[in-house]
Amino acid sequence: MRHPIDLTANRSGLLAERAFVWVCRLGALVPLAVLAWLLARVTADGIGRVSLSFITDPPSQLDAAAAGLGPALLGTLWLIGLTAIIALPIGVSAAIYLEEYDRRSKLSAIVELAISNLAGVPSIVYGMLGLGLFVRALALGESVIAGALTLALLVMPIVITASREALRTVKDSLREAALGLGATRWQTTRQVVLPMALPGILTGAILAISRAIGETAPLVVVGAVAFIMYGPDGVDAPYTALPMQIFQWTSNPKREFLTNAAAGILVLMATLLVLNGFAIWLRNRTQARRT
Amino acid sequence: MKINVTGLQAWFGEHQVVKGIDLAIPSRQITAIIGPSGCGKSTFLRCLNRMHELVPGARSKGRVLLDDTDIYASDVDPVLVRRWVGMVFQKANPFPSMSIRDNVLAGLKLTHRYDRTDAPAVVERSLRQAALWDEVKDKLGEPGTSLSGGQQQRLCIARALAVNPDIILLDEPCSALDPIATARIEELLLELRRDYTLVIVTHNMGQAQRVAERTAFFLQGELVELDDTATLFSHPRDQRTADYLAGRFG
Repeated sequence: MRHPIDLTANRSGLLAERAFVWVCRLGALVPLAVLAWLLARVTADGIGRVSLSFITDPPSQLDAAAAGLGPALLGTLWLIGLTAIIALPIGVSAAIYLEEYDRRSKLSAIVELAISNLAGVPSIVYGMLGLGLFVRALALGESVIAGALTLALLVMPIVITASREALRTVKDSLREAALGLGATRWQTTRQVVLPMALPGILTGAILAISRAIGETAPLVVVGAVAFIMYGPDGVDAPYTALPMQIFQWTSNPKREFLTNAAAGILVLMATLLVLNGFAIWLRNRTQARRT
Repeated sequence: MKINVTGLQAWFGEHQVVKGIDLAIPSRQITAIIGPSGCGKSTFLRCLNRMHELVPGARSKGRVLLDDTDIYASDVDPVLVRRWVGMVFQKANPFPSMSIRDNVLAGLKLTHRYDRTDAPAVVERSLRQAALWDEVKDKLGEPGTSLSGGQQQRLCIARALAVNPDIILLDEPCSALDPIATARIEELLLELRRDYTLVIVTHNMGQAQRVAERTAFFLQGELVELDDTATLFSHPRDQRTADYLAGRFG
């Protein structure tokens, strides 16, 4: 005997489903709302101060209206540039070694463990490492290169992890095709694997730059100076950076300097956007070429 | 004999998949290797151009003579072996970032043996040999992946031919293709046998009968029987071969 089929909707089940979707949607909206609120507040407070002279002028501890962040902006560009030059080649090489040459070995497992541990180390600890190693032991002093080396160590785990993920997305059948044609490991990696992994590697570079550009704590420790009138003129020059400058302004007792801090945050965000925009453009260009 | 294999054993980690195989493969013929999944036939094939050892944890032992050279001798560069012994894989794997033309030239470009003036001739010769020229001659600049599955597999054959190998190994080259595309590849293999020594691993017993002069039956890492294809299929000497051909296990 057959029962008639019951197609009546289960009301409580439907409600639970709907409630769950809303909880998830709220979760997605929270970060958006926070970012919007932050941007709105900072823009309202600081947009009036942003001008060409604000971006190029040296700071002033007396007159907030005349103070600029020229040296800090230049310092940040130097820092990020040097950090990228140091961290990307080393990080990508490490990823290539681990994925293409030494997959599944004991050494890879140990390095993997070390990398995930490094990623969790507080940035202030990197600062102290940089102070001991680069500033003192290698006698680089409180220079922009010492700061960049410290930041490079800090972002290295991000670069390595992202590059490994990117290399893993390249199908083994393509490696086999190249090796089967009599190509060496290096020829295969250089001409088949790396071009296909490049977009993912650039994504890692974007994450690394974003992380490095906002770091303040390790720079305080390795000796970014609080007040300087000029941007760096070489890798061994003293320097400061945008987050340092913003921090200086927020801790100044005069209220007008808070406006400068807000304007500084806007410049920092704009710099980040420009740098990441460049990396994204590069990524899209390489992606378009391979399909 | 073109290839002489003696006492070949192969492992993945601790797991032995090829358990001491002696097999001779004649020049300019097609030799088919059949057997159930996991019988070691693909691994055996990959030992013939030293591809097996590329898998982490994989190793092998034994002697493989190409003409009179032991490809496992200590002074042999496996990279050069693979230029001598080409390979076509189960699933067509053209390089997605390259055009049809560049796919054919990939072996030469990757190994920096590319000569701009020779290139058009190499492309045409290889594609003609792979019976693909007429279908693609007007769109050599299009991506290799824009072709149909059967065309992609013939492109991979052209790519293997372009580096001038002596021997071509084919690892179930038609298992992802429909019967029409399969028939075209089989025709092509019969053409190629005039100039090359071919070894094909196949799941398809009809295919072995259609293309191969000789067929070897593998079971659990061992060579059970090797004979003329016609004899092996009509009068197998070993009971296990007879059972497999009759479909009593698979």
